[in-house]
Amino acid sequence: MAANDNNDIIQEFLAETRENMDQMERDLMVWEKQPGDRETLDRIFRAVHTLKGTCGFLSFSKLEGIAHQAENLLSHVREQKRAVDPKVVTVLLQVLDAVRRNLSKIERTGSEDPQIFGSVLAELQTLQSETTETPANAVLELEEESPRATATENSLRVEVGLLDRLMNLVGELVLTRNQISQIGISEENPSLTSASQKLSHITSELQASIMKTRLQPIGNVWSKFPRLVRDAAMAGGKKIRIEMTGQQTELDKSIIEAIKDPLTHLIRNCIDHGIEIPERRMAAGKPEEGVIRLKAFHEGGLVLVEISDDGAGIRPELIREAALRRGLITTAKADVMTDHDLIQLIFVPGFSTAREVTMLSGRGVGMDVVKTNLERISGTIDVISTLGEGTQFKIKLPLTLAIIPALLVKSGGERFAIPQLSLLELIRLDGAKAEQKIEWIDDVPVYRLRGRLLPLVYLNEELKLAKRHEPGPEESVNIIVLESHNGPFGLIVDEVRDTEEIVVKPLGRQLKSLSVFAGATIMGDGGVVLILDVMGLAQKVRPGETVEQRQAQKRARAEEAATPVDTGENLLLFQLGDSSRWAVELSDVTRLEEFYAHEIERAGTVPVVQYRGQIMLLMPLQQLLMPTGERWQPEFSADKLQVIVHSRNGVCYGLLVDRIIDIAREPLVLQRQKSSVGVLGSIVIQRQVTQIIDIETLVKLGTVAEEIDGIRKN
Amino acid sequence: MNKQVCTFNLGDTLFGVDVPVIQEVLRPQAMTRVPLAPSVVRGLINLRGQILTAIDLRERLSMPPAPAGVEGMNLVVRLSEDTVSFLVDDVGEVLDLEAEQFEETPPTLSKALSEVTSGVYKLSDKLLLLLNVNAAAVPREEEPNFIPQPLNSSL
Repeated sequence: MAANDNNDIIQEFLAETRENMDQMERDLMVWEKQPGDRETLDRIFRAVHTLKGTCGFLSFSKLEGIAHQAENLLSHVREQKRAVDPKVVTVLLQVLDAVRRNLSKIERTGSEDPQIFGSVLAELQTLQSETTETPANAVLELEEESPRATATENSLRVEVGLLDRLMNLVGELVLTRNQISQIGISEENPSLTSASQKLSHITSELQASIMKTRLQPIGNVWSKFPRLVRDAAMAGGKKIRIEMTGQQTELDKSIIEAIKDPLTHLIRNCIDHGIEIPERRMAAGKPEEGVIRLKAFHEGGLVLVEISDDGAGIRPELIREAALRRGLITTAKADVMTDHDLIQLIFVPGFSTAREVTMLSGRGVGMDVVKTNLERISGTIDVISTLGEGTQFKIKLPLTLAIIPALLVKSGGERFAIPQLSLLELIRLDGAKAEQKIEWIDDVPVYRLRGRLLPLVYLNEELKLAKRHEPGPEESVNIIVLESHNGPFGLIVDEVRDTEEIVVKPLGRQLKSLSVFAGATIMGDGGVVLILDVMGLAQKVRPGETVEQRQAQKRARAEEAATPVDTGENLLLFQLGDSSRWAVELSDVTRLEEFYAHEIERAGTVPVVQYRGQIMLLMPLQQLLMPTGERWQPEFSADKLQVIVHSRNGVCYGLLVDRIIDIAREPLVLQRQKSSVGVLGSIVIQRQVTQIIDIETLVKLGTVAEEIDGIRKN
Repeated sequence: MNKQVCTFNLGDTLFGVDVPVIQEVLRPQAMTRVPLAPSVVRGLINLRGQILTAIDLRERLSMPPAPAGVEGMNLVVRLSEDTVSFLVDDVGEVLDLEAEQFEETPPTLSKALSEVTSGVYKLSDKLLLLLNVNAAAVPREEEPNFIPQPLNSSL
């Protein structure tokens, strides 16, 4: 056998065996929970048996030996000569680890480590001798089966480098396609146009497919966790189970790899410091067994990962004490900080090394590293904790690092792309006093954003670009509010353009030292555009800022939004009729008002009310949304009418509702779309089906009704 | 050791680059300027979807800018880590060089030049400096940042 062939075979053996071992690890976890599951046991048995067979063939005698011993132990279990207990699982896991170590050794040196199985082998034999009778050799009824046959038929291994090249080529194809469709249009050649349209479709589909090849389910990383939880919980004398939902959520390979360590760290944290020992849990009236929940899902082009435990939670006052002791915050600041803000301090570098914190509530060791690692891949992390009930970490990740949605802006005559992930909002100061709305403290520009000072940065100055021209008095100013780890800041640019999906390409090493750029991308016109690195930019902006100031910023944000953490939409819940629940997006609500019935007048048959110097059209929502044929008639009583004021293009509209219920924050994922006119769809809020109104359509309907009434009157 | 080099000019100096590392030669390309970049970086070029850093070799060698009328050429070179484009005055021919023609760079050569050359070939009528492409792709040390205009502090 030629050396090269042999090498190929060994490489394949290594890859396959590793996959086998990973699968076996997962199976062992399942099996431990359900020892009666014959199917899982058979799978484990087959994995060991396959290992034995291939190692024999490749004459890795140590591996073959240990596989043989493990197989014997398993066959005892199968023949019910021995009960399944944690000891069996533990030793099989040890076998697994030793096999993996040996595989690495083979990969590096080409031969086995002769010492590697010493202690594991001894333990295996001890366990076997505990059984009543030990058959000399396990009888195998599965000899004929080829467990990997189905897997290999449907998939094949591809080098990542090849996928990257394909990705580049497709990007190129997209550009060429754009050029061809331009020619098609200018030549006015119908057959060319139709051919180029076809090309366009195929290219888009190809691009999407190739992008998909790089995606992997997040379950690939998670599969290691049941084992981690089992081992660490055992070591700490705790009972913990792990529950996972959304394993199929897909992420780019590079991101999957980058989140492995941070997630592991967070889970360890939940085990070590979150979940209490069984006695304490019982005393607190909780089930003996703690739960760590992992959840992943897509939302708004991002992937959200949540890790939560039902442990003791973080005591904010302990964090506060520790932070004060470390001088991270002043007493005055600490007094006004919310509990949520205090808990976020665990991510501040310098907090982590506090020994006291580790002993008191735990959270904090290496948390700054977790945060930095996630930020490196444009992710964010937040922690929510309820004392006695548990702690939840929420992580937001981009789907892929290769293709990201970005906002295109212009500054100093150059185009730049800003990753959408760090974008909070866009502010456009219009008209005569635009420039005056920017105030100066010393030489630092700031803007009052909802009563809070937002530090501003002129992009052209930061990049030392020529200023295009002095802004005239009529010129508008564009502020892009960006999220950074030191709180939000505003970036002033000359022009704000579209949002586009861009393909991120790395910069050459000559430019690696430029922290303000994250990479570059190629636009549809073939031009190269630099991608701004918001983190790098933020660092340039406020290098001297203290943690205390950062926290003040964070507090400001927390006060702005009651729940700044989650990703939902704020919805105003209201009631129509006796029981039907409705909601409108809070951003569409200008004010809530109450009017006495006698204040309501009529223009034609349409109810109106005088409001802030305008005649405001009142729209009886019940009639519009649940038409029963009756025209709405206000009863002349002393009853107050509840009105949601919505303004559009300077005109106010009053939506008449029966009762305002609440404000809820919910991800706006409509479960039923467009059930009827004026309704966007319905979702479940607070366990009740709630319909979301389509305010745009309703305003149109209301205005049309007014006109019809006007015509009738005439 | 015989080798093939592609020659190019910077002013009156003749340089050569090993043929195997050359990806292609391009006419002047549209370039995107990179703010705050070292001065040797002229900008970024889109070469069929690949983004290349364009390095001004004159600037790298501390030579004055090319006189008017010199359009310049892009010499696209594959390095160990990435691919860059060197901006040169013009690209000449491919020469076969013999090992006997080679000599070490004289120690008296200026630092700027000796840093980026790996030797000299004695041609019949002139000398050819062999460019060390990996060294030439790295910006000079302690380079001041590129500032096209003074800061406008009146903003």
